Amino acid sequence: MTSTVGEPGVSALLGITAPGDGELRRLHDRLATAADEDGILDIGYTTIDSPVGPLLLAATARGLLRVAYQNEDHDRVLSVLASRVSPRILRAPQRLDAAAREIAEYFAGRRTTFDLPLDFSLSHGFRQLVQQRLPQIGYGNTRSYGQVAEMVGHPNAVRAVGTACATNPVPIVVPCHRVVRADGSLGGYAGGPAAKSTLLALEAA
Amino acid sequence: MTGAKQPFEAVVAEHGATVLRVCRAVLGPHPDAEDAWSETFLAALRAYPGLPADANIQAWLVTIAHRKAIDVTRARQRRAVPVGDVPEAARAGGAAGGPGGPAGGGDDPAAGDEDVWAAVSALPVKQRQAVAYHYLAALPYKDIAALVGGSTEAARRAAADGIRNLRTAFAGAAAKGADR
Repeated sequence: MTSTVGEPGVSALLGITAPGDGELRRLHDRLATAADEDGILDIGYTTIDSPVGPLLLAATARGLLRVAYQNEDHDRVLSVLASRVSPRILRAPQRLDAAAREIAEYFAGRRTTFDLPLDFSLSHGFRQLVQQRLPQIGYGNTRSYGQVAEMVGHPNAVRAVGTACATNPVPIVVPCHRVVRADGSLGGYAGGPAAKSTLLALEAA
Repeated sequence: MTGAKQPFEAVVAEHGATVLRVCRAVLGPHPDAEDAWSETFLAALRAYPGLPADANIQAWLVTIAHRKAIDVTRARQRRAVPVGDVPEAARAGGAAGGPGGPAGGGDDPAAGDEDVWAAVSALPVKQRQAVAYHYLAALPYKDIAALVGGSTEAARRAAADGIRNLRTAFAGAAAKGADR
């Protein structure tokens, strides 16, 4: 197209066909709605602000698929979802309305458990088993990796529990932050140690 | 992520404006252009998982937009609105402030837009398509020929003739704007 720069006919055409203010955003939203209605929006996502930084929320029609911290790089996370689940991905905040509301309530101290359908298709086997059991650790409580290993009936799988927590696709909602080291130190966290201690402090308040 | 397909959101962000320009150039400054855009991206989203990772996405989208614009034009004809009235209808819609009016109610209506639209709508359909696909979406002439029929050379001529006609109209509009 560089060869046409300065061509008056092209300039005229570019001038009269230019999208109006907000027009593309409106068309995009209309597309996301239509895609959802047609059942071809495999993953809808949005980003929300939180006390632990911007969070990416992504959901399939089955449920919440991914919660990602900013330090995980939201674009990279979406690329991984495109290759591992489906590239039919659009920003579609309406699909995340319930998740965004419950997470906001959690950070406001008004919610201690989440009532959201979850899609665990990003994790398998033992990891998924551990992740599905983590909500049994109640709000404001913590367990050691070893205690969680016992909780899931594999007392020697302490290391694997650590991996399961580290690969939790829906942090905050599935409370891997409530799993800490036996000596009381924090242990690792996808959102970084500061995020983990913020969540634990919020729940201790 | 080598060879992986990007999220469709990125496709819309990268090509949405170009596809809208193409739809508008072919269909006029009319809500039909937005309908064609929506139908294009909806069909593209549906087919996206099967698209080869190395495909020329913009050319693929223009191909879909070409067909969707034809569908929209046929639907419009069934509603018995003459195609020749496109710019007139668009102006009426803009004056009424209807949704999806010309350029989405842009804040800077350049002097002479109506003259350029009149020139665009006066182009033979193949010239209008060739100009839109080549000059707005950089579609190669051989691909344009495959879409609109005829030879690659004919597509090249249609684009050249079309852009010359628009240039003339643009010069006239500019002169008229300067008079105001």
